Amino acid sequence: MLRNLKWRLIVYGAVTVFAILLFLPTLTPELPAWFYKIIPTEKVHLGLDLQGGMHLILEVEAEKAIESYVERVKNNLRDDMRDKGIPVGKLEREKSNQIVLEVSGDKDKWEKILSQRYAVMQELSTTALDKGIWKVVLVLDSRQAEQVRKGAIDQALETIRNRIDQFGVAEPEITLQGTDRILIQLPGIKDPQRAIDLIGRTALLEFKLVDEEGNLDEALKGSAPEGSILLYQRQVDPKTGGVKKIPFLLKEKTLMTGEVLKDARVTLDTQFNEPYVALEFDDIGAKLFEQITGANVKRRLAIILDDNVYSAPVIQERIAGGRAQITGRFDMKEAGDLAIVLRAGALPAPVNILEQRSVGPSLGQDSIRKGIIATLVSAALVALFMIFYYRVSGVIADVALILNIILVMGALAIFRATLTLPGIAGLVLSIGMAVDANVLIHERIKEELRWGKTIRAAIDEGYRRAFVTILDSNVTTLIAALFLYQFGTGPVRGFAVTLCIGLLANIFTAVYITRWVFDFLTLKMNVKKLSI
Amino acid sequence: MDLIRPGTRFDFIGKKKITVWISGIAILISLGSIFLHNGLRYGVDFAGGILLQIRFAQNVDISEVRNAMEAIGSKDAMVQKFGGENEFLIRIEKGGDDLEKISKEIQANLQQRFQGKNLEIRRVEVVGPKVGKDLKTKALWAVSLSFIAILIYVAWRFKQISFGLGGIAALVHDIIIAYGAISLLDLEYSLPLMAVILTIIGFSINDTIVIFDRVREDVKKYRKENLETIFNTAINETLGRTILTSGTVMMVVLILFFFGGPVIHDFALTLIVGLIAGTYSTIYVASPVVLLWNKHFTQKKKR
Repeated sequence: MLRNLKWRLIVYGAVTVFAILLFLPTLTPELPAWFYKIIPTEKVHLGLDLQGGMHLILEVEAEKAIESYVERVKNNLRDDMRDKGIPVGKLEREKSNQIVLEVSGDKDKWEKILSQRYAVMQELSTTALDKGIWKVVLVLDSRQAEQVRKGAIDQALETIRNRIDQFGVAEPEITLQGTDRILIQLPGIKDPQRAIDLIGRTALLEFKLVDEEGNLDEALKGSAPEGSILLYQRQVDPKTGGVKKIPFLLKEKTLMTGEVLKDARVTLDTQFNEPYVALEFDDIGAKLFEQITGANVKRRLAIILDDNVYSAPVIQERIAGGRAQITGRFDMKEAGDLAIVLRAGALPAPVNILEQRSVGPSLGQDSIRKGIIATLVSAALVALFMIFYYRVSGVIADVALILNIILVMGALAIFRATLTLPGIAGLVLSIGMAVDANVLIHERIKEELRWGKTIRAAIDEGYRRAFVTILDSNVTTLIAALFLYQFGTGPVRGFAVTLCIGLLANIFTAVYITRWVFDFLTLKMNVKKLSI
Repeated sequence: MDLIRPGTRFDFIGKKKITVWISGIAILISLGSIFLHNGLRYGVDFAGGILLQIRFAQNVDISEVRNAMEAIGSKDAMVQKFGGENEFLIRIEKGGDDLEKISKEIQANLQQRFQGKNLEIRRVEVVGPKVGKDLKTKALWAVSLSFIAILIYVAWRFKQISFGLGGIAALVHDIIIAYGAISLLDLEYSLPLMAVILTIIGFSINDTIVIFDRVREDVKKYRKENLETIFNTAINETLGRTILTSGTVMMVVLILFFFGGPVIHDFALTLIVGLIAGTYSTIYVASPVVLLWNKHFTQKKKR
């Protein structure tokens, strides 16, 4: 039994020391670098409700990515048919994933093009309209659609990560939630609105030619010519704040997008002292830009960002070297953010903000301070009460409770779990159950003593009996907590995590650690009378 | 030291004819209040909408904030004082996709209007209707499934379905009463309060199991006694523990209630009601359900 005592001390001691080491970084930031090499830990992360910062949930409109994918296929199809000399009448996208076209001419020839080069589109129906004219409905292959959808979400995640990295936030957390939601946590951010603008912007940069032949007035009335679209330039008067919208009739076809961008930087116009964004294309982009400008000299090329026309300068000459610029009365901050989103790339589909929560740093500190004070006061009172009621045994129980908290904190640190307000509720519940466990044991030992048992027998029997109770009540709660974790979301999970860890620590400290102390006192120190 | 003298025998179960009425009336009042209020008053977390918490360094009257909100065009905004001086909560319950834009406009407008009053926007919450609904349904599912798990585990550990049913009945009883209190006190049901409900569930089931465990033990010890007497004995034997544990937890919650600040206030209030219900329901809901079930559905092996 004595040997046994020694071994138990070593094991329990090791666990305790390890937990303290895990918890150490949370208490003090000044630890030598070698410490982190040996102990795989960080400080306990506080949730944004405690620390201050911003929490965002975005939904990627993946359907829109499918739409624009089908749109691109449609445009390619039109060019292809034209090149092959096949007359195409109506050619439109329907719903998000279908193309309807009216085609005439050699049926074998166009069917071959459709089946060979457009295998991603499946023929839904082919009906003869007039003689020689066929109406074909194509639908995007469901597997391909799934791939586009998944690709869009992955790319959105990557792009947002890039933008936030360039924006400069310490310890951002960007994760996929479910299938199409992105959870973003930015601790300690000062200007949440600016971050939202930066993250939520699609930033699709497009170059399109201005339709010089089409009638702008007709288009404004609602009948834009086939193959042309109406977009606006928004001009904000810096003095009055009024917004002027200038309409542009543009060719629908996009000549170039921001995909070929290599760099975007803010540059100051020396003449007007106004910042603009200088673009630099990669090799492919530079060649493409040279081709486009060469073929369209004296025409106007519109630079469009998210369906807003920024400028539409006349192309004076073929432009080699792959450089362009976006002007438009920015201030330095706007131009800087624009450069960031352009560098990080466009989102493949628009995103919706489903949820935004931002907590100012002062409020986070307030709730921490109040929470800590209330917790400390109540912990101290509970501890004093235990000593008052159970004397020396109460001291033992208090040691177990303190150890319990250290173990939970150590576990939170090593699992990199985040402590939130609901998490603290879970912690409080587990500590309440730890108090209960100690009370159960002590009451049981007292009861056994009353039956006239010796101290040793009372301790053995008391622990044996109370253990069953503690195990059943803790396991029942643990099972419930596991279900809450598995099926709950954010806050429910935060509660469940700390509760689970707390319950496990509870069984260890309340049953095993205190038992060791009692055994040590009665076996080794020969204590003859229990102070309980 | 002994809180309860050994051998104490209160006839707890014998009072069940009275307590059935107490529980029944409490449940009726709770459900009635929820029904009359058209359900709970959901906060932004669940209903969707915008919540702003703002603080001024200078003195600003609440009417000024109200006027400002009206001038901005948010007539449906609710403004209330919160916590310390010159601190306000602005709440707009509203669905729709453009919440983010509205929140942005309101913030910009307020900043402009209260220039020179050192406005600090301390908290912004914009929750789309989808998120709140999701949270509600998911939480409901998670809790329901965990109840089924508790039912199965307890029934297995105590070798009788009645114990599982008794435990769950007590849980349902406590949840209804906690929600009733939220409704009667007109508290806003938000995330922290959901955490309280979860805490109450944990506390209540723990309390129930402790007494069931004692019953399980006493059934073997006093083979001749009927189950009702055994329940009474078990409750009396664990009475000291029940008072100590519930008392300590109650002490903690009372401290939170008085010193925890405005955020914790509602939290602690609900918890107080839940703790009382949780302790009471073990004796007067869980135990009678087990007794009733055994009287009517279990074949009597002995006697």
